[in-house]
Amino acid sequence: MIRMISFFLCLVVFNSVVRAEDLIMTRSSQKFPEAMLTFQTSIKDHGYQLTRVQRIDVGLTAKGYKTDKYRVVFLGKTDEIQYLVKKYPELIAFMPPKASIYAENDQTMLVTANPGIFADMVDDEDKVIFYRWESDVRSVFADVQNAD
Amino acid sequence: MLMWVFKINHVTLMIRLASLLMLTLLCSVALAAPDGAGLYKTQCSTCHGDNGSGGVGVPLSLPSFIDSVPDEYLEKTIRHGRPGRVMPSFSALSDAQVNAIVQHLRSWSNKPAIQYDSAHVKGDVIKGKKLFADRCAQCHGKDGKGGHGTGVTFSRKRDLPIIAPSLSNPGFLASATDAMIKNTLLHGREGTPMLSAKNTGLSENDIDDLVSYVRSFENRPTLKDSQSEKPVIIMDSPYTLDETVENLKQAIADKNFTLVRVEPFERGLVEEGKENKKQVVLHFCNFNFLFEALAIDPRVGMFLPCRVTVIEHDGKVQLLTINPKMLSKLFNNDELDEACEQMHGVYTGILEDAVL
Repeated sequence: MIRMISFFLCLVVFNSVVRAEDLIMTRSSQKFPEAMLTFQTSIKDHGYQLTRVQRIDVGLTAKGYKTDKYRVVFLGKTDEIQYLVKKYPELIAFMPPKASIYAENDQTMLVTANPGIFADMVDDEDKVIFYRWESDVRSVFADVQNAD
Repeated sequence: MLMWVFKINHVTLMIRLASLLMLTLLCSVALAAPDGAGLYKTQCSTCHGDNGSGGVGVPLSLPSFIDSVPDEYLEKTIRHGRPGRVMPSFSALSDAQVNAIVQHLRSWSNKPAIQYDSAHVKGDVIKGKKLFADRCAQCHGKDGKGGHGTGVTFSRKRDLPIIAPSLSNPGFLASATDAMIKNTLLHGREGTPMLSAKNTGLSENDIDDLVSYVRSFENRPTLKDSQSEKPVIIMDSPYTLDETVENLKQAIADKNFTLVRVEPFERGLVEEGKENKKQVVLHFCNFNFLFEALAIDPRVGMFLPCRVTVIEHDGKVQLLTINPKMLSKLFNNDELDEACEQMHGVYTGILEDAVL
């Protein structure tokens, strides 16, 4: 009886979680440098490694673009990424996961492909990895959105 | 015997208490009303602004907008999105969550939600087409595809006024009733370039003709099917891994791209020097192309600079890269189609040259 109730409860809770869209985006009222710091701190707090911060903004303003603050942040957990690309070599094209962070006036935007969309590329027993990444990304983005 | 009975009763009591606790939790989860403001913040504010003042998306709090659209229009818009125009479809939200968001939007107005009947307006499509070309196409485009800007790209200037929406978009047509479209034509949208048709000398019959013409967009197939596209382009190489990397460098240069760096895939993941040598990534860029792509939609930066990964797996050397054709679907931005098609050609050409 208890198991049945617990199972049912889990189902209800799971279904009440907002399901993923293809992209996860958020807007932070922090300016770019502060948002970048909050972002990196939260990534580490969630147990992920920052593998690279790539500048995409070199020469953007010279080309008439509206911002010169644009970075792509690569992140991940070594053992999980090694496990995934060994078992599913084609996933290497999307690894490690990354997120864009760029300034928009006095605010900062964060965008990433929803890790959940890659779950279709793996066996059922491994889908949970991407669902957890999705949950963590949402949590990290929430940290940046809610930061003062 | 008495002790045994007591134990049984004790266990039964514990089970009942646990069940009651679970049921209480279950009810609280099931009955808790969704937080509309919270959902708006996480799902909508990125594009529509914290206070609905707009930006990438429509200024939802504009009185002439929020007071002239019914709840049903907002609900359906959230459900269907605007295919190809950035606004995604939030199909996974529950009805209660969608309703909570709509009620949050409604809190920006002190008027009750307007209601329209669902009857079709009967006008002359042929006359409507001519009127549309004369009066509407300048802003909404000759095929009703909308102005360039709002809902199409993240990179437009923020000081621009609202850009005309796409009237032929299947998401719009599935959300707006004829009566709502007619009302918009009759009264315009104060605070936007959309004028009242009455003030431009159109009769009610003319307006009906226009509504019928807009509705006729519904019959045109506009949704593209990119489901068949595979997410990754993969090619086998007959060469060793090192030879393949050298071939790739040459192929990248031949296509007028600049090689940014070559590094082990595991760089940054493991201690330097201990990376898997059988996984190599080549990053390359064409800066003109990069600027063009970012101007269409700055979100694509997450897939830049371009890269190809070379791996040796089970004695076989392969080249792998993302399929750019997937990006249009991912970003829900039709304006990226041409750039992605072009990039698909570049990637395929580079990979083919490298394994020739």
